[in-house]
Amino acid sequence: MIPVTYYLVLSAVLFLVGATGVLIRRNAIIVLMGIELMLNGANLSFVAFARQFGMADGHIYVFLVITVAAAEVAIGLALVILLFRNRGTVNIDEVRSLRW
Amino acid sequence: MELYFFLFFAIVAVASSVAMILQRNPIYCVLLLIMVMISIAGLYLMLDAQFVAIIQIVVYAGAIMVLFLFVIMLLNLSREEGGVFRIQKPLAVLLAALLFLPVAAMIMSYTGGGTTTPADGGGAGFGEVEQIGTLLFTKYLLPVEIAAVLLLIAIVGAVVLTRKGTVSVGE
Repeated sequence: MIPVTYYLVLSAVLFLVGATGVLIRRNAIIVLMGIELMLNGANLSFVAFARQFGMADGHIYVFLVITVAAAEVAIGLALVILLFRNRGTVNIDEVRSLRW
Repeated sequence: MELYFFLFFAIVAVASSVAMILQRNPIYCVLLLIMVMISIAGLYLMLDAQFVAIIQIVVYAGAIMVLFLFVIMLLNLSREEGGVFRIQKPLAVLLAALLFLPVAAMIMSYTGGGTTTPADGGGAGFGEVEQIGTLLFTKYLLPVEIAAVLLLIAIVGAVVLTRKGTVSVGE
């Protein structure tokens, strides 16, 4: 049996790769995909802990996280389409109307 | 044997995710992210989470990533993206590496209440549909209902947002 620590390290690495993607990419769609990667890293921790403690509650949390991710992607991509329609770009550096 | 499977899935997941954030073509990004999802589903199977593994493939790799593909093809994005701040990329990588330090320290100090390796598999039927379903409709009934309402709100919101002629930003 693999120690749960290995899964935690992998989950942290995936989360940080996702966070790096959110920080370095300028395409709004890729930024959303980075957020998906971070959510997946967190989900892996939930499932690893569920296995360790023998309780399936962690699986329920993953289920709910996936639900929230689906809702977030639907709204986020609708906003991206709206942005493209109004501005003709999805580059988040060019969208700065709310910046002081 | 199990360790080899773990290493295989872990390396595929990390390599695909790193390639994803470096890839210029958005379509390849989506395909690489699907590879990450599928290797994570393999890891879920190793953790006796069959239901979550299937949900991962059907909902994440199947539905959510197809939504991404639709939008990318709809917007016809193939142009190169240029960054405004040249220093931003090394700075972001540095910040992520710094963030890794406390996380790694926390993981290394985690003892899991004596053992980090479960002796038994949590009993027969662990992670199967029957157990998940029982939990969903007894202990977690209210969160499930809230999730249902959230999905409804997301559907209505997406339709309202993308309808032509109702929302006009600028102009």
